[in-house]
Amino acid sequence: MSDGPGALDGVRRRWDAAATRVFGNDPLLVAAVMLGIYVLFTAMTLVGPSGGDLGAIVSNLQAVTFWTALYAMMALALNLHWGYTGLFNIGVAGFMAVGVYAFAALTVPPSASPPGLGLPLVVGIAGGMLAAAFVGVLTALPALRLRADYLAIVTVALSEIIRRSLLSPELEEFTLFSNLGFVPDVTLGSGAGRGINMPTNPSIPVKSVLYTDPGNPAAGGRTVVGKAVLGAAESAGVRETVVSQFAYTLVLVAVVVLFYWLLVRVGNSPFGRVLKAIREDELVANSLGKDTRVFKIKVFALGCALMGLGGILWEAQRGFTDASVTTFRPLQTFYIFVALIIGGAGSNTGSVLGGALFAGLLFQGPLFVRRIVAHLLNLGDPPSTFVGAAAGLFSLELGGFLAYTVNNISELRFVFLGLVLIYLMQRRPTGLLGHRKEAAASVDLMERPGGESDE
Amino acid sequence: MSDDATAARAAAADAAADANADETGDVDARTGGPALEVEDLRKSFAGLVAVDGATFSVEQGSLTGLIGPNGAGKSTTFNCITGVHDVDGGTVRFFGEDVTGLRTNRVAERGLVRTFQIARELEEMTVLENLMLAPGDQRGETLAQAVLPGFRDAVRDRERALREEVWETLELFEIDHLADEQAGNLSGGQRKLLELSRALLTDPDMLLLDEPFAGVNPTLEEKLLDRIHALQRERGLTFLLVEHDMDLIMNHCEHVIVMHQGQVLAEGPPEAVRDDEQVIDAYLGEEI
Repeated sequence: MSDGPGALDGVRRRWDAAATRVFGNDPLLVAAVMLGIYVLFTAMTLVGPSGGDLGAIVSNLQAVTFWTALYAMMALALNLHWGYTGLFNIGVAGFMAVGVYAFAALTVPPSASPPGLGLPLVVGIAGGMLAAAFVGVLTALPALRLRADYLAIVTVALSEIIRRSLLSPELEEFTLFSNLGFVPDVTLGSGAGRGINMPTNPSIPVKSVLYTDPGNPAAGGRTVVGKAVLGAAESAGVRETVVSQFAYTLVLVAVVVLFYWLLVRVGNSPFGRVLKAIREDELVANSLGKDTRVFKIKVFALGCALMGLGGILWEAQRGFTDASVTTFRPLQTFYIFVALIIGGAGSNTGSVLGGALFAGLLFQGPLFVRRIVAHLLNLGDPPSTFVGAAAGLFSLELGGFLAYTVNNISELRFVFLGLVLIYLMQRRPTGLLGHRKEAAASVDLMERPGGESDE
Repeated sequence: MSDDATAARAAAADAAADANADETGDVDARTGGPALEVEDLRKSFAGLVAVDGATFSVEQGSLTGLIGPNGAGKSTTFNCITGVHDVDGGTVRFFGEDVTGLRTNRVAERGLVRTFQIARELEEMTVLENLMLAPGDQRGETLAQAVLPGFRDAVRDRERALREEVWETLELFEIDHLADEQAGNLSGGQRKLLELSRALLTDPDMLLLDEPFAGVNPTLEEKLLDRIHALQRERGLTFLLVEHDMDLIMNHCEHVIVMHQGQVLAEGPPEAVRDDEQVIDAYLGEEI
């Protein structure tokens, strides 16, 4: 007991030193958080219904990485608008939809229904990004001249207009240039309620590494790589679809790294310095001779292009979409905001962390809890109403209430989200890393000229 | 005190004028005529008339004081000149060019730069970043040059050069120990210094300073005024200064404009203005 405090101090010192190393280093910090989430999900799989099945563990880790990458990507794009420049864009889902539908219009074969132009994948992705940027600029031009709140109203309205328009039968299939003799007719369509098939999509190149016929893996054979990887996976008990999804997830992770690199570079430049100044006080930037409107339009276009790309990687890879999916709803924008708020607006590393924590703990985690509780405890049939569940509380019959809670955990996530947001607003309004101390120059400004340390 | 100081300063100004004439630097590029001419400027806010036909001009290379009681329309005049407010009437000419109604950034680009009465530092940027923002025409302020690898080296070279200039300014204003501090953590006086140094880094031809010394300690204030006089001499900079400290105005300004109820009540050399009956009634009171 007597040497207890000394030993504890030693442990604490070592712990502090390790913590400083990890938390002071952004990639290490992200890796540490991802590792924590992986351990948690592995543990949850082990105690859940699938038990120690390796295939189930790999599948679950794949899923949580997939969602983390998607939310990290979108949070990064939003961070450019909101975190860096203070542009309150709450129409993220709309710009994702523009990206996906422009991609579809460009890549879907003319023979399909609804038809497209049948262009290659790369053209589709570039076109989708350009279309999202273009719609972004159209939105921004009138709204950016006004106060920040108006941009918020305009963007959220626009995202709903886009979504409802894509669902409208009027746009299900339409022909352009039908009255112009010198231009061939072009028939396009959103597919409205029946959706749109995208045989050319971002998952195809990934699958083509594994399969000779990536459009229909079951029909064709496997490539050399496919034979090796899929063979190994199967002997380990990992399902074939999990492998190709895992490969696609790796692509997503690479894109997250690319987004991160791009945004850090934008931030650490004179351009980024003006963005920061616009966020802090636009009039000051104006008074120093900066044409802030040009900066705002450029950054809005860039962010929207990234959102369009995010949408394509998120939604088009399924090979099918319709505009009624959650991906294009305002709820999606809200989720992305939650991820960014948790991580800390203004911080790129925070955006990635926020994506991981949101996707892992708030979005996917609770669903695991439901499965685990249902597996471990025999709670019987849950009461069908809240009144029925609450009635049990008075007679100290907690089983019914617990069963009801677990059964509705999918909806209760919203309550949980709200609690997390309230807590953050009260205790840590800047999020985890939103200290706003990212450098805003391409060189180390603290390097004093004349000193020996100068280059 | 004032007579000696004025005489000494006048002698210094004469010497500076001679030096200027010898040098024929870029100072002479805009010889002749006043730097700023404001004619019949009008601005009202929902019925409240803030500026009511103000007319005045500021001589090139001068340090001109703009004084007047609270609510006289001094800050509104600044805001109208720099395009922060749309004017209701009148014209503003800067070195002969009509700049009325130009956007704030266009006015600043032409070399007419202002500071704010209540310091507007960029809170969540460091002092260094605040200053690095100021210089105009920076490489890397276009998105392509900021991002594309081919331009990056040139951008960094320019930033290193600017960094040197910024550190010199920091030392001059005695805020170099605050270089890495978030500007939001600065004291009131330090914020004023930050504003003034930031405005100077834009390399302006004329500065509109709205109470630049509020909260600045007297020793540093003297030093900054020396610096302002040096800039007048060496670079031919023109200053228009809103200030309530009458001693400062009397000792340092060559010309004083008095505003009252949105109009120019009197203007002229400090001594003449000080003795003007109307000015005494409206602003100075009887003791002076």
